[in-house]
Amino acid sequence: MSSGTLYDKVWDFHQVKELPGGSTQLFVGLHLIHEVTSPQAFAALNEKKLEVKFPNLTVATVDHIVPTSNQQRPFSDPLAEEMLATLEKNCKSNGIKFHGIGSNSQGVVHVMAPELGLTQPGMTVACGDSHTSTHGAFGAIAFGIGTSQVRDVLASQSLAMKKLKVRRIWVDGSLQKGVYAKDLILHIIRLLGVKGGVGFAYEFAGPAIENLSMEGRMTICNMAIEGGARCGYINPDETTFKYLKGKEYSPKGKEWDKAISWWKSLVSDSEARFDDEIQLDGSSIEPTVTWGITPGQGISIKEKIPNPEILPKNEQQIAKDACKYMDLEPDKPIEGTSIDVCFIGSCTNGRLSDLEEASKVVKDQKVATGIRAFVVPGSQKVAKEAKQKGLDKIFLKAGFEWREPGCSMCLAMNPDKLEGRQISASSSNRNFKGRQGSANGRTLLMSPAMVAAAAINGKVTDVRDFLQD
Amino acid sequence: MDFPKGEIKYISGRSFTIQGDDIDTDRIIPARFLKCVSFSALGEQVFADDREELKGNHPFDLDQNKGANILIVNDNFGCGSSREHAPQALMRWGIRLIVGESFAEIFFGNCLALGIPCLTASKEEITKLQKLVNENTSQIWNFNLKDLSISNQKESFKLKIEEGAYNMFYTGKWDATSQLLDENERINNTVKNLPYLNHFN
Repeated sequence: MSSGTLYDKVWDFHQVKELPGGSTQLFVGLHLIHEVTSPQAFAALNEKKLEVKFPNLTVATVDHIVPTSNQQRPFSDPLAEEMLATLEKNCKSNGIKFHGIGSNSQGVVHVMAPELGLTQPGMTVACGDSHTSTHGAFGAIAFGIGTSQVRDVLASQSLAMKKLKVRRIWVDGSLQKGVYAKDLILHIIRLLGVKGGVGFAYEFAGPAIENLSMEGRMTICNMAIEGGARCGYINPDETTFKYLKGKEYSPKGKEWDKAISWWKSLVSDSEARFDDEIQLDGSSIEPTVTWGITPGQGISIKEKIPNPEILPKNEQQIAKDACKYMDLEPDKPIEGTSIDVCFIGSCTNGRLSDLEEASKVVKDQKVATGIRAFVVPGSQKVAKEAKQKGLDKIFLKAGFEWREPGCSMCLAMNPDKLEGRQISASSSNRNFKGRQGSANGRTLLMSPAMVAAAAINGKVTDVRDFLQD
Repeated sequence: MDFPKGEIKYISGRSFTIQGDDIDTDRIIPARFLKCVSFSALGEQVFADDREELKGNHPFDLDQNKGANILIVNDNFGCGSSREHAPQALMRWGIRLIVGESFAEIFFGNCLALGIPCLTASKEEITKLQKLVNENTSQIWNFNLKDLSISNQKESFKLKIEEGAYNMFYTGKWDATSQLLDENERINNTVKNLPYLNHFN
């Protein structure tokens, strides 16, 4: 059993009670809600005649269903409008702060909460969305929950949870030019498998992790869940503190100094015990692309699509399914695969630095003929800052569309969808069958810079070819 | 349709299989059906894309499976998103018990919160069980939580479930809200001891 890790320390602070059967009643310090997984929870609360216990510890935004081209109310999709209106009503009647369209702080929940300083080290963060693991980048214990648990958190600010084991993933070296946090996490998921992390919290550590910006760290933790780990985290350090300083909800004045010393005390001890430890070399990782239908089916840009016959036995069937569904031939290089749509955005890669890296590739270039390429900033704040830096103009000039913030084509609960057999180069997090809105649409996951390179060449491209200097 | 309630010790009924590893929540309920403020219509939409592709030949469409309540699946079932819509869709279609090689963690928890036990057995056992189920879809299977077994008239399979979940089904305390609310005083004490809710003092 782990001891002395950040996970253990934060867990202890939030433990309300040991419940019969080995789970723990865990207090939730920050509860984030959005329009998709909250309405049924509020309805259940009303049915049981219960109230929201700590309305000030729940924060709401709207992201999944918002259209990204025209955000005028009412939305043209009546179902989307109903979901937003329901959330507005629930927030209002329960005294919950809502960051709505036009508030300047709306955005994909895992983008807007960190940038407001809501997410802080040492918190427990829960949200009815599996990518809540994102917030672990700050040294929080953050995890996705289902609607019944959303109800429980609203009613009691706590939930029943089993303590996870802790696996430390130590990444040595530093990432090469053209290799980003996204490549690293795709590589890790490939290595450990999509269910390698089930039952674990992942602690990401080591020089390559410490060198990442907060945005890169969020990309890593965001996809911990794609490797089966419900929560992933990184110990807070100067990078974390620098990011948080001066944010709207960050501690101020005297509290700031006290906060830093508490945050530092939470860092995993040098003698901490982990349930499992893994070490890998970050400097050997190349730009990575998925070729299949799970985020674990990734290869380096220079590799060939694996032949199912030579894979380990337990991966063969899903590899065969993937080749058939993706219509990609084994033993052919992934580089050069033609694509139709390019999507830059999502809670994985819709932050300012993602857009900046992609814009470096796009600058003074043109999107290839016949390619539909678009950029969806992760939040209104990201959109504003990107515009201040002139990024929108670079993308527009190259032939990209520039959209309003939302989840967009990551999951197709809004008008942004693949059509038919289209294949996308996407900076999002899931390449499941049908994920991007067409039942037989196809997704290749990669870094935003790689998506940009794919847009320019109209095919899967090694972004390093664009970064010669 | 009656939804699960109270102690869940026995479940009996007809069974069918969904074969394949890593069946994710987007397949169980495609994201476009998530646009709802109530779960009530989800039952009809379970596995919508797979069903459309198979044009009536999907297990959830076959006449022989109508009214069945036990689903036998393979490895890592329910991986992907945390959306409770997936177990909700299965429950509203009529599923009351799922047996498989393994389950994704959030999916397992969501099922638990709805009163749908997810039990596991080895790959060999599941393969054998799926074969028996498929040979005769009209037979009745009996699940007994106490014995951790599922059996037809001739054969019985041993199943596994973690102890916490077992106890919750056995005692009927899988509906967590009331249990959590019992601890009001302890919750308030936890709040008092959290630096970030007390100006870091």
